[in-house]
Amino acid sequence: MALSDKELKEITYLARINVKEESFSSLKKELEQILTLFEELNEADTSSVEAMSHPLDLSQPTRKDEVTEENQRDELLKNAPSVKSGLFIVPKVIDGEA
Amino acid sequence: MNENLNNWEAVIGLEIHVQLSTKSKLFSGASTNFGALPNTQACNIDLAMPGVLPVLNEEVLKMAIKLGTALSSDINSPTSFARKNYFYPDSPKGYQISQMDKPIVEGGYLDIETESGTKRIGVTRAHLEEDAGKSLHDDFEGQSGIDLNRAGTPLLEIVSEPEINTPAEAVAYLKSIHSIIRYLDISDGNMAEGSMRCDANVSVRKKGDLELGTRTETKNVNSFRFVEKAIQYEIERQVHEIESGNTITQETRLYDSQNNTTRPMRSKEYANDYRYFPEPDLLPITLEKDFIESVINGMPEMPNEKKERFVSKFSLSNYDADLLAADKDIANYFEEVVKISDSPKLSTNWIMGELSALLNNENLNIRDSKVSSDKLGQLVLRIEDGTISGKIAKDIFEKMWISGKEVDEIIKDEGLEQVTDDKQIEAMIDEVIKSNPEQLEQYRSGKDRLFGFFVGQVMQASQGKANPKQVNDILKSKLEK
Repeated sequence: MALSDKELKEITYLARINVKEESFSSLKKELEQILTLFEELNEADTSSVEAMSHPLDLSQPTRKDEVTEENQRDELLKNAPSVKSGLFIVPKVIDGEA
Repeated sequence: MNENLNNWEAVIGLEIHVQLSTKSKLFSGASTNFGALPNTQACNIDLAMPGVLPVLNEEVLKMAIKLGTALSSDINSPTSFARKNYFYPDSPKGYQISQMDKPIVEGGYLDIETESGTKRIGVTRAHLEEDAGKSLHDDFEGQSGIDLNRAGTPLLEIVSEPEINTPAEAVAYLKSIHSIIRYLDISDGNMAEGSMRCDANVSVRKKGDLELGTRTETKNVNSFRFVEKAIQYEIERQVHEIESGNTITQETRLYDSQNNTTRPMRSKEYANDYRYFPEPDLLPITLEKDFIESVINGMPEMPNEKKERFVSKFSLSNYDADLLAADKDIANYFEEVVKISDSPKLSTNWIMGELSALLNNENLNIRDSKVSSDKLGQLVLRIEDGTISGKIAKDIFEKMWISGKEVDEIIKDEGLEQVTDDKQIEAMIDEVIKSNPEQLEQYRSGKDRLFGFFVGQVMQASQGKANPKQVNDILKSKLEK
């Protein structure tokens, strides 16, 4: 299955992976091979098979609604490259304002 | 904009996010309390540290089953979770755990009261998902501060069918959902604090057209009034665009309550593509029949059931019953008042009139009323049994509100019992007639209007305590003589 440059760009954007232009052709080839395999899978007749969302035939265990985690802010903030006033500091991203 | 809106019909669907009032989060044991210091209620799971796994909170299943039952929906079993993939700083995992193919609640409906009677609005589905954290953009020198306390708080997203046609219907539907979640005690429904948020999908079409127009989604609407205004604005904007020869772009818009407009959100380089897939960290959930039944058996009476009971048991009008039943606390207060007063209609009038006015004035919830239901019940009883007149009751009520005293205590201390002794009333009437000979002559020569003057004089002479009906009857017979 053929993949256009535009589609490839869109995939790298959605995955937030920075791919250099010179790698495009080799990456495209690999992805096209994977897609070909899926096309093969698509040929199987699954009309009589119920969709499965998990390979294990079990039901999800649950927990009681109880607060078990205490404040661990100081410990957890240590992992962050930048903090201020108890907040994680990240590059500004504003989704919404035109 | 002065297009003829009458030629157009709006098609509206609402997506309502309800924050569930669990103690802990959807998939972690961190607290969900509102207003804590930043990041003090965010644990390893909420922060998506490597190697952590989500563990489902059982309470959210119960809450969703209750809502689904209240909306006459199907409860899906098994129900399963899915990943919705997108990158944003306030969502550390890089995806949101939500539901796609097997939402816990599917189908159902809600009946709302409109100007032209009851209307049934279909419910498409309600699914569980996690809330995101909060980004703060001020005071960080061009950077953003991230607070993940809200990340992982359970949400139930209730999606309606596009069967709403006016802003007023949208508000009625939203209020009805609000009433139900408050009754079920599954959310505090506080729109100002974001516990209930509403997105509106709006399109317009010429009346009679079968094909739907292009829709827009308006976000950021955080009060009942704004929902009505935002949808009204969006309908008028779309009609104006189309009548000016333009087309509607399918897009997400933000409501600006200060200027009462909607404006498009910044369009992304690529369209959103969430690439949903089944959540591999969570198994599908089988809901046992016994579990579902035990949850349903624990459900309280719902607003529409309560309303019907108020109409049949207390002979209240649909309108009164609807007002009382919409709020659980008001409905409970009402039933306590009636237990003592045994007078449903008069009790309703007092709750919706005098009591509501004072509560609104001081911005109090009925649970914090300075006059308890017992005390208001006694007051209504004293009006009903003729001890005091309705007019004096209003003065007494204000005194009760300020002093916290019982009605009987105030009546006794201030000598406010209604005068119901015929002889006493007769004496007062005789006195009034005697001191107003001129008016008497005019009345007897045909000036009927003066009857009111005499009633007024007698009531004044009794300091408002004479029983008005007796005054009317006795006065009439005396004047006719």
